[in-house]
Amino acid sequence: MPSLAFLPPFASTPLARTEVLTSHQSLLPLTAEGLTFRTGDRVLVDIETLSIGSSGATMILGPNGAGKSLLIQLLHGLIVPTTGRISFGGRPIDTAARKRQAMVFQRPVMLRRSVASNLGFALKAQGVGRAERAERTARLLVEGGFEKVADQPARTLSGGEQQRLAMLRALSTEPELVFLDEPTSSLDPQSTLAIEEMVARAVKRGVKVVMVTHDIGQARRLGHEMIFMHHGRLTEQTPAANFFDQPESAPARDFLAGQILT
Amino acid sequence: MQDFAQALLSALALVITGDGELWAIVLLSLKVSITAVVFAACVGMPLGAALAVSRFRGRRVVTVILNALMGLPPVVVGLFVYLALSASGPLGVLHLLYTPTAMIIAQFILVLPIVATLTRQTVEDLDAEYRLQLRSFGLSRFSSVPTLLWDARISLMTALLAGFGRAIAEVGAVIIVGGNINHVTRVMTTTIALETSKGNLALALALGVVLILIAILVNAAVSALGTASTRGATTGLAHA
Ligand SMILES: Nc1ncnc2c1ncn2[C@@H]1O[C@H](COP(=O)(O)OP(=O)(O)O)[C@@H](O)[C@H]1O
Ligand SMILES: [Mg+2]
Repeated sequence: MPSLAFLPPFASTPLARTEVLTSHQSLLPLTAEGLTFRTGDRVLVDIETLSIGSSGATMILGPNGAGKSLLIQLLHGLIVPTTGRISFGGRPIDTAARKRQAMVFQRPVMLRRSVASNLGFALKAQGVGRAERAERTARLLVEGGFEKVADQPARTLSGGEQQRLAMLRALSTEPELVFLDEPTSSLDPQSTLAIEEMVARAVKRGVKVVMVTHDIGQARRLGHEMIFMHHGRLTEQTPAANFFDQPESAPARDFLAGQILT
Repeated sequence: MQDFAQALLSALALVITGDGELWAIVLLSLKVSITAVVFAACVGMPLGAALAVSRFRGRRVVTVILNALMGLPPVVVGLFVYLALSASGPLGVLHLLYTPTAMIIAQFILVLPIVATLTRQTVEDLDAEYRLQLRSFGLSRFSSVPTLLWDARISLMTALLAGFGRAIAEVGAVIIVGGNINHVTRVMTTTIALETSKGNLALALALGVVLILIAILVNAAVSALGTASTRGATTGLAHA
């Protein structure tokens, strides 16, 4: 992946701005303008404007290769856009801003450490002190039902357990916004249900969720708002109530009708 | 044949009785090679890890050079270190030629590319898997290096053992810079060469046996680490 330009290390964060961030005022909506991501002469993401509101679950639907993963990676600041601006509470997505967000990937990334230290690691990266880390980790282990396997290497867990741990870890830092990239696409129905319950609970607690899925049923179960993507473009952003009955864009209509989009 | 059997018996006797001269040589060998590997680890692991995560022009060239250096002929390294340390060389004032320190320097140079290259490879593979997640946690490319090194620890141990294996078994470099001086710079490999040429097969064979035992131990350690890593899934190379 030679074309992925990552953020420079230690993106500049003047102290004053960090202080604003540590307060508990909301940084949502997350907005983007003129956002493009190109490699060579291929335009992989091309979005004029986008605004992600402050509550509920926004589901991103679209066929394979539509640019869904790239979009949320751009919004989370993991990759740098070719053009365009992203604003999170009026600030660019720098390291400090990213710490108010979290992401869970399609394949859970488990550190080669114990279950407990996978949780502790995320907290440590946020600067949570040792004593508080231990206390919060213990609480999370109970909450996730991982007490018995706390000291086991995380990679010995089953796929479903790993993804639940990844969810728990992402939520452990109490982010304001969580990106989920098809977290259930390789899971069995039972594990999928467990993840969906975690998502629903997080939303109820006030966490903003932006979730990519290719599962229309899942989008219906969890979503308050739908975004449809096709060929790197956003074809519509519609409240869930309208989307399934009256999708506005032709690609979404065809997708919902079960057609295979090219 | 008779001679050989006799020599082998006396060799085993030397090993079993813990002959003083034999063990002095073995200990010096271990001291020199372990010290060289420790220094190579201190330099090579951060170097390899930095190379794995950095993106600069010429990175490919550095990588290829480092790879090529893994195959450095020990005799040539010995020659260069000799020239550097000899009385008229740039480091002649240090009077290090024909000391264990000179041998450590030579073996350090031999082991460094191995440690650095294997570290780079391991860390690069692990980084490919961890990168986005660590960025998501708020770690930058360089601040994620300690995490990558720690999580690749088992593969890195294997790299160090590979380096040690090369150091303890090489003869060309240490014989040139150490001089094979009795009780001072005589290590297992150089003593084997010397004693064999003198016809003292018992000591040569005894050292050979010890060297083979060490090689077996190193390999056993490598494969034990491999097993641990697949079971505990803790290496940089094994994927779920
Ligand atoms: N780092 C990258 N460099 C170049 N092309 C990429 C990169 N990541 C993804 N792509 C391409 O961009 C397109 C969109 O990818 P992606 O966002 O992963 O789609 P999806 O909607 O399935 O998540 C695909 O054609 C993919 O091959
Ligand atoms: Mg995707």
